[in-house]
Amino acid sequence: MSKLLRAAKYASLVLASLVVLVPLVVVLFAALKTHAEYNATGPLTPPRNWFNFHNFAVAWTAGNMLRGFWNTTIILVVSLTGTVVIGTLAAYAVSRFTFRFKRAVLGLFLVAALVPGVTTQVATFQIVKSLGLVNTQWSAIVLFMGTDIVSIYIFIQFMQSIPQSLDQAAMIDGANRFTIYRKIILPLMKPAIATVVIIKGIAVYNEFYIPFLYLRSPDLSVISTALFRFKGPYGAQWETIAACTMIVLLPTMVIFLLLQRFIYNGITAGATK
Amino acid sequence: MIARSRPWWYLAPALILLITFTYVPVGNMLWYSFHKWDGLDVTMDPVGFANYVRVFTDEQYWRVFLVSLYYFVASFAQIAIALYFAVVLSFNVRFKNLFKGILFFPYLLNGVAVGFVFLYLFQPDGTLDTLMRFVGLGEHTRLWLGDPDIANFSLAGTSVWRFTGLNFVLFLGAIQSIPGEIYEAAEIDGANRWHQFRHIIAPGIRRIISLSFILAVSGSLAVFEIPFIMTGGANGTRTFVVQAYQTAFQFRQIGLASAMAVVLLLIVLLLTWIQRRILPDDEVTLT
Repeated sequence: MSKLLRAAKYASLVLASLVVLVPLVVVLFAALKTHAEYNATGPLTPPRNWFNFHNFAVAWTAGNMLRGFWNTTIILVVSLTGTVVIGTLAAYAVSRFTFRFKRAVLGLFLVAALVPGVTTQVATFQIVKSLGLVNTQWSAIVLFMGTDIVSIYIFIQFMQSIPQSLDQAAMIDGANRFTIYRKIILPLMKPAIATVVIIKGIAVYNEFYIPFLYLRSPDLSVISTALFRFKGPYGAQWETIAACTMIVLLPTMVIFLLLQRFIYNGITAGATK
Repeated sequence: MIARSRPWWYLAPALILLITFTYVPVGNMLWYSFHKWDGLDVTMDPVGFANYVRVFTDEQYWRVFLVSLYYFVASFAQIAIALYFAVVLSFNVRFKNLFKGILFFPYLLNGVAVGFVFLYLFQPDGTLDTLMRFVGLGEHTRLWLGDPDIANFSLAGTSVWRFTGLNFVLFLGAIQSIPGEIYEAAEIDGANRWHQFRHIIAPGIRRIISLSFILAVSGSLAVFEIPFIMTGGANGTRTFVVQAYQTAFQFRQIGLASAMAVVLLLIVLLLTWIQRRILPDDEVTLT
């Protein structure tokens, strides 16, 4: 009986793994086939030549993927740096100062966390437009920096675990408040910063709605929108679309294999706050 | 005086961004929702509650709530699957990390890419049809995305594929935070696996499960990427956010779209309030 149960357990795990992997593997198969081969063979047939990267080359140049990756990288670097600086500064104020309206400020952040970003875009668009940021990378950057409440929470929680006696010792040595933030708190915040960079980085890399709405010019395409636009002209050539899809998925696979443990911890910390 | 204003300097950037891009839009949205406006005109016509009346009476608009139901029901399946695998993998299993990685991985993938992967899977004579013929279900193949009776099931299924990994990792984390000695003690007392689940694991992850249900409701109302990318809202798959997007940015009815957004926002806030009432937050202490 228990042997049967054990077999059922492994069978269910293998089945679930197949459900996850088969849709992805068949796309990889398609991406490695020639046009004639794609039309002649079924989706489950492996490609004849595993090193046929022709479709990848076509997708890379025709889809302007280099530009997509470049734009994504700029937005990632600037908005992540901004999130970390702005978030740690705010967390420093909240956890190291006593001031009037502190509870009100915390309440503002807390309620904002409940507002789903997709719902307010109708009105946010008008604001971004009136600031003249539509069709500039700054629109995506300020929105990624300004809509992130979760990271401020992660910073506040982590900062509260750093003993106040460190601050006091530094203050006796004559350090001012900003020096304490810069030289003592910030270096100790590394684990929290890593968590935020990982979960926020993945979210920004995958974000579709904001770049789709604000970065209309093809020159400003990020990888999500570059892939989305690629399907129009290549609608009938699935082997090329498949290659373009794999180009977008590959970096995520590499990052996941390298940073597994950090990603699990980051996701758990981010979602349960 | 300078000393007293100091914390505000540290807070200023975060507060300015928060107010500009969250609170001002919410306020404006309320204002727009009582007007008829195309987003360009300098004047807005006040129309009272007409936009709200339309959201609830025009079939094109209230229908989107029904579409959310597909995703809502699917999220029950998602939570059940995630819970099953979290429990299985919290005990001794070979290749544990490999299975964990595979199950979680889809959650990290780019939404547009996931949309394309499943467009390919659901194509006529595509992967799904081929697999079904292979196991002898050939006559049951359908137009998975073209048939309005089926399309929402296909899209909700895609959503389950994409998001189960998140629930799974959250459940697994919660189960693994239960100290190991408790299981040992239970085993000495003769508790079998079912007892362990019923009396140790279930109470330990009650909080995260209920949180998942709340997120499932608001998540199923906020579905956007999968239907927008895969069907563009055609064949009866238009969700709330797809409809709001098209109303605002294609048909330029900002007032009506704002009314939709306000309704959605109120539902989400109401749900969160209910959740806080049912499960008082005893862990979060920020001050």
